[in-house]
Amino acid sequence: MKPEIRRTLTTVEDIYHENGPQPDQPLRRGSIAVVLKNPFAGQYVQNIAPMMDVLQPIGIQMAQQLLKAMAVDASTIEGYGKGAIIGEAGEQEHGALWHVPGGYAMRELLGWKGDRPPNAPPNANTFQKYTQGQATSQAGKPGNAIAIVSSTKKVGPPGITLDVPLTNINASYVRSHFDAMEVRVPGAPLADELVYILAMSTGARIHARVGGLAIDKISVWDGQR
Amino acid sequence: MRAKIRKLIVQVDETRFEMGQEINPPTRRALAMAVIENPCAGEYVDHLDELIAIGEELGGYLGDRCVLALGIKPSDAHSYGKAAIVGEGGEIEHAAALLHPKMGAGLRIAVEKGAALVPSSKKRGGMGTAIDVPLGHKDAAFVRSHFDAIEARVSDAPRKNEIVVVIAVTDSGRPLPRVGGLQIHEIKGLDGLK
Repeated sequence: MKPEIRRTLTTVEDIYHENGPQPDQPLRRGSIAVVLKNPFAGQYVQNIAPMMDVLQPIGIQMAQQLLKAMAVDASTIEGYGKGAIIGEAGEQEHGALWHVPGGYAMRELLGWKGDRPPNAPPNANTFQKYTQGQATSQAGKPGNAIAIVSSTKKVGPPGITLDVPLTNINASYVRSHFDAMEVRVPGAPLADELVYILAMSTGARIHARVGGLAIDKISVWDGQR
Repeated sequence: MRAKIRKLIVQVDETRFEMGQEINPPTRRALAMAVIENPCAGEYVDHLDELIAIGEELGGYLGDRCVLALGIKPSDAHSYGKAAIVGEGGEIEHAAALLHPKMGAGLRIAVEKGAALVPSSKKRGGMGTAIDVPLGHKDAAFVRSHFDAIEARVSDAPRKNEIVVVIAVTDSGRPLPRVGGLQIHEIKGLDGLK
């Protein structure tokens, strides 16, 4: 099962203001959508989980390609999200294959250490452990990107839009970073294709001012608060 | 800057396979979209000099952003196109003022040459309106492999008093061109046509 990447669409947007006071630095948000053949299109396949291993290198490649397009250091990324659009001949569950290879690729890139001791070199075991459900709730505590990567998915026709949620990378409850980015690939997915999406941002909504947990008040470091 | 930019969006669309055929090197098309305030919105303005000046500025600015996103030398750009979506408070002539008098000059510096016409499209629309931006070879409009179009769209623009200004630049033609016509290696690049 060699993944055939038909197309990638990378988007980087700078938001200078939304009719409010203009901050010194614009908010930068980026997304990458990769268009792949769906190997399960047109039929019900019971055992689809092995595809997660196949997607692992694609997740890593897409996360790196997105960060490069955003042209910022990994340490400046404060929000992330992911998503999937499944073509007509597939099912919602095929979108769920992206959770592990997409989410953890992005988190590793942003400094998440997973189950490894703090100074261990990067390796692929992290993915395997998560695939097998062996990770612990303490995972990654001293590192970065410890919050869950929020996501959306849907089955749809070519050109359909997907609103990809964005949340803070270390604490899901940081209110200023609740955001969403609309992603759409004109002409994709075809019926037998999948669109997998990663998104990152450099900060809060452009004029965030509705209170809640602030980014400098994260204290529990459990990925939530 | 003269243009009051609310948002700037740069996209790269890369095609690696089409109908099961590997495209090597992949075809790559860049879009740079600026959401700007329309200085003439809400009333009839006779002289559109301000929009003409903004168009001149954005031609180079957005052209540079496309070339940068593709990671190519300006001379390696193949085709280009431009477009504008005018929010409800403006008129189609505002798009014309941005696109036609002076935009091409800056864009042609960004892609180093550009003997050919920059193909364009324009419309009025609301937030999330999509526009198909025509693409043509920058030095010879007759190159058939490079007749193409790319869709541009900003989900939250244009607002009533805004205009979405778009420049598209590619480093390639269509993924699997096979309908003949003038070929790239036959370009003379003098008259803009062949």
